[in-house]
Order: sequence, then C-alpha cells, then structure tokens
Amino acid sequence: MSQPASPLSARPAAAPAAVPASDAQAVVFSDVSKFYGEVLGVNGVNLTIGAGITSLVGPNGSGKTTLMNLMTGLVRPSRGHLTVLGMTTDQPERLFRQVGYCAQFDSFPRGVTARGFVTGLLEVNGHRAPEAARLAGTALERVGMQAVADRRVASFSKGMRQRVRLAQAIAHQPRLLVLDEPLNGLDPMARAESIALFRALAAEGLCLIVSSHILHEADMMSDRVVLLNQGYVVAEGSVQGVRDAMDDRPMQILIRCDRPAALAAQIFAQELAVEARLVTLPHGEAGLLVRARDADRFYLRLNSIVAEGDIALYAVAPADDDLQAVYQYLIGNPGGTA
Amino acid sequence: MTAGWPLWRRQIATIVRLELRKSLFHRRALVLYLMALGPVLLVALLANLHPTLVRTSTVLDASGHFVRSQTVTQRAGPLQNPAIAPLVFADLYNVMILRSVVFFGCVWIFMNLFRAELVDRSLHFYFLAAVRREVLIAGKFLAGMVTALSLFSLSTGGALFFYYQARGYDAAMRDIWDGHGLAQVLTYFGMTWLGCLGYGALFLTLGLFFRNPIVPALVVYGWEWLNFLLPPVLKKISIIHYLTSLSRVPLPEGGAAIVAVPTPAYVAIPGLLLLSGALLYVAGRRIRNMEINYGSEA
Repeated sequence: MSQPASPLSARPAAAPAAVPASDAQAVVFSDVSKFYGEVLGVNGVNLTIGAGITSLVGPNGSGKTTLMNLMTGLVRPSRGHLTVLGMTTDQPERLFRQVGYCAQFDSFPRGVTARGFVTGLLEVNGHRAPEAARLAGTALERVGMQAVADRRVASFSKGMRQRVRLAQAIAHQPRLLVLDEPLNGLDPMARAESIALFRALAAEGLCLIVSSHILHEADMMSDRVVLLNQGYVVAEGSVQGVRDAMDDRPMQILIRCDRPAALAAQIFAQELAVEARLVTLPHGEAGLLVRARDADRFYLRLNSIVAEGDIALYAVAPADDDLQAVYQYLIGNPGGTA
Repeated sequence: MTAGWPLWRRQIATIVRLELRKSLFHRRALVLYLMALGPVLLVALLANLHPTLVRTSTVLDASGHFVRSQTVTQRAGPLQNPAIAPLVFADLYNVMILRSVVFFGCVWIFMNLFRAELVDRSLHFYFLAAVRREVLIAGKFLAGMVTALSLFSLSTGGALFFYYQARGYDAAMRDIWDGHGLAQVLTYFGMTWLGCLGYGALFLTLGLFFRNPIVPALVVYGWEWLNFLLPPVLKKISIIHYLTSLSRVPLPEGGAAIVAVPTPAYVAIPGLLLLSGALLYVAGRRIRNMEINYGSEA
C-alpha cells in the first residue's frame, strides 16, 4: 500500500474561522456517571478540561472512550451533567459546529473516496458545495492525504484511514477537537508528524482532548493529563503537578557526581532522603538514586552541599516525574503502554 | 451559515444524495432490483406463455355434406379473458406486489437505513455532524421513499404493461380510455405509493427500536397476512386493510375470510398519511435520544 507523498503538515493551511483566545472551561463534567446496563463506564466524574492538549490515559476499559463519547453526545450520562463549550451535548446541530470528534471506529460508509467522505459530511453540516470542497481540500492537505484524496478509502492502509478521519474531524475548523487513539495504526514518522500537527492546532487556539495508549507520546504532547482507572478519574493536572501531589511516593532523583558515596553520606547525615542508592549509569559512570519526601528541601540543601566544593556535581534530574512513573504509581502497569 | 428551513432543506438534499448512492446505486441494491422485477416477469409470463386452445371444426354445406375442416387457435390465458382478467391481476397485485415486493422491499430499504450503518459502524459520522437528528430522519426517510417509489412504481407499471399487453393494443386502449381502466391503473400506483409510505415509516421506526428488526418485521408480516381472518375492528389496525380498501376491483381474501366493509378512500388515505407522520414523529423522538453503541466500546 503506497503512503501519500505529502507529509502531515504542522503549518496552518488556512486560519481557522473562529479561534478563541482561551477556553478555560471547554468541557465540564459535574458528577457524571455512565452505566451500560450493569457495566460501569465511568462513575462520579468531576472534571474541567481547558485549553491546550489534554490526554486521557488509562488501561483498556478505564473509561476513556466513554468520557469522549459523553463529551460528543454519542452516549448520554446516566447521572450528572456536562457541558461542552457552554453547550449541552443533546443539540448536535449546535455542538458540532464547534466540536470535531475523531472516534476510534475504523469504519467508513461504503464506497466513499477520501474527498467524497470529507466533503459529504461538510455538506451534511450545511456547508455549500464549493465551500465544502475547499474546506475538505484544506483538511486533506493538512493531514497529508491530498495526493490520494480521490481514491476509495477501502483501498487505504489503516494509517491512511486514520488520517482521513482526522481530516474529517478538523475540516469544519472546530474549537474543540476530541481524538480517540489518534496515533493508532500510524508508523513512527506519521506519529511524530501527527503530534506536531496536534501541537500546531493547539497553538492556533484549539482545545484538544486526546486519548492514547502510548504513555511517552501522551507525555510529550500533553499540557495536562487525566488518569483513569476502572471508570474513575484517579488524577488530573500537569504530569509534574500530579507527581508532586503524590506525598506517599517519595520523589526519585538521579544524581551524577564524582563521589556518589560521599554525597549519600551527607544526604543521610542531614536527613534529606529516605533512601539513597548507588547506581551505575548507562555509560558506566557511578550515580546516586535518591528518594526524597520533600523534593524542594532536598534541592535547596543539595545546592549547599555542592557549594561547599567537596563534591563535583555533573547532573541532577528527577527520575520519576514522567507520565510513565505517575501511571505506574497510581494505576500500576508493568509495561510502557496503558 | 443560514439556519432554519433553508439549512434543513440543504442538509436533507445532501443526505438524500448520499443515501441514494448506498441504497439505489450500490451492488447491494441488486436484491431490490431482482425483487422488483419478479412480479413483472410473472405477469409477462402469464401474458405471453398462455395455453393456446386449438379447435378444429368441420364446415358443412347446406345439405350437410362435408366441405372442409378448419382449425381455429384461441388464446386462453386468464389475462386474455376480459371477464376475469381484472380479478386475476388484482389478485396478482395483492399477493405479489403489495404483500410481497412492497412489504419486503420496504423492510429491506427502510430497516437498513440505520441498521446497515450500525452493522458497518459508520452511523456515528452522521451523529457527529452539525445536523438535527430529526433532519437526519427526514433525509434518510426521503432517500428510502425515492428508492422504494422508483423501484416499486416500475414494478407496478411493468406488471400493468404486460397485463394490458395480454389483451392486445385495441382492447387495452378501450379499457383505459373508455372504461374504468385509467382509474384502476392510477389506483394501483396510488396503493403502491401509499404502501411504500406506510410500510416505510413503520420499518424505519422499528429499525430504530430493535437490534434485530427481522423479528418485528416477520410479526408485522404475519399480522398483515392474517388480516383476512381478523374481526373487522382488528382489521383496521393494519396497513394492508387501508391499502386494499382503495382498490376499485375487489381483492379476493379467500373463503375463510371475515369480510369487513372497506374503509372509504377519504378516510384511508389521510389515515395512512397521519399514521406515517405519527410513526416518523416517534422515530424522531427516538433518534434524538439514541446512543451509539456498536457493542464493544466502553
């Protein structure tokens, strides 16, 4: 299957019609629960999602898709209330003028071409044919599918179909874009290009809500994360903010210095850490892994130790304030994917 | 972007166009074409492959002596006999077109308007468009009606063509223009169109309520088929009763039938229109609150 020649474009092909300065409360969940019969979808969700890129992270069945379907009115809450851009979700004719949703269902109406698919749905939205054709062309170009836009979608690879769905979701230039596993099926290059596109869209003022299985990618692209497990929101905020709030988990700090054993002794002497372990770093250098309950105090005192001049310090970096670690602490997952 | 009727009209026109590609110009529509062709072929066969009576008679002169024998061939099919042809065709129309082609054709067309997209997992694209769901219902229903009316009008017209062809051009013209033929032709078309409307609205609505709409379709079929056995009050809770009431030629119901007075056209036609409207209203209410659940997501 040949991939389209043109790459995903991070540059804006055309300025969005209505770009808000800020959507501080783009999506507001108020005690929302959703049950599928006796099966729990999500329970008691109180959540406010604002501007920038927000990633929904959690294992399969944690409720990511349910939350997205709730935001877009594909399912209705069993309890509670939610608003999207100040609107309720039961009026698609208003909602989807400003919201785009790229669902994870890898399916299309029968026999459509990429251009026909995007144009047709724009016309269903109410755009006149010439305007729909222009918008569809712009969106397809932006996702790198312009060259193959007149081919049938059925002949596309999974990654190409993913891009067509993405083009459909952004074609009407929404303010809020909801993307359910948008990186699924994409090769590494296309993943990187997609992330760049999401960042560009966010920079233009779009509010993006993305679910992803790949933690480091979610970490890379997100301004904030919402961690879900078994239908509950277990944490939300910036990754570092979430990590800082985990008082029961001492912060791990990796230090590269010339005398790690001496440094460990000083750290214990000043009761700065609950644990300090000598480790070997990737290039064979000696290092020190410290677990500190109060990271701020630790960094402050470390400055004093270094200032005394006995120990040459080369590098200090937190070892567990990334999404992977946060996820592992909160949800517990041995692998790198959610 | 304009709002209100101008927008809705444009959206409906787009939905009709998109749906017609799937329902009328897709290879899956082949079943419908074959279904619609069935009664036409049957009537064509009856009209043209009729048994021929060959009578040989003897010609005698005035004194009774044999002069010669002569052979006369006579077309003896049921559609050639003007006395019974209208009844035979009415029966064929009732069984083949109204109760079979129109009924099952509407089951296929209208139940698939939503069900096929649920099976294909593509209905959410419509639900994610900036379109009122009632407008979506209207667009899909109109697309279904265009499909059904096109195909089943051809079915009715084709069958009527061969019905008249069986009796020859002159007799057909006499019947159509001098007799009651034209009124009956128009009545057959009207019954077909009203059948499409009533059954269309019914099956579109049932398709929104049942995951497997075949079961309710068979229940409706059984009810409509057994209509002749029902007491007059229950007969009126059916679409077929109002359709057959419109026929100018009495449609035979069988020996065991409980005969009911036909409902007058001025009640039957508005009644079917109102019923269809009410069913579409219910469908609109239903789809307003409908959730997408293809069965695996959570």
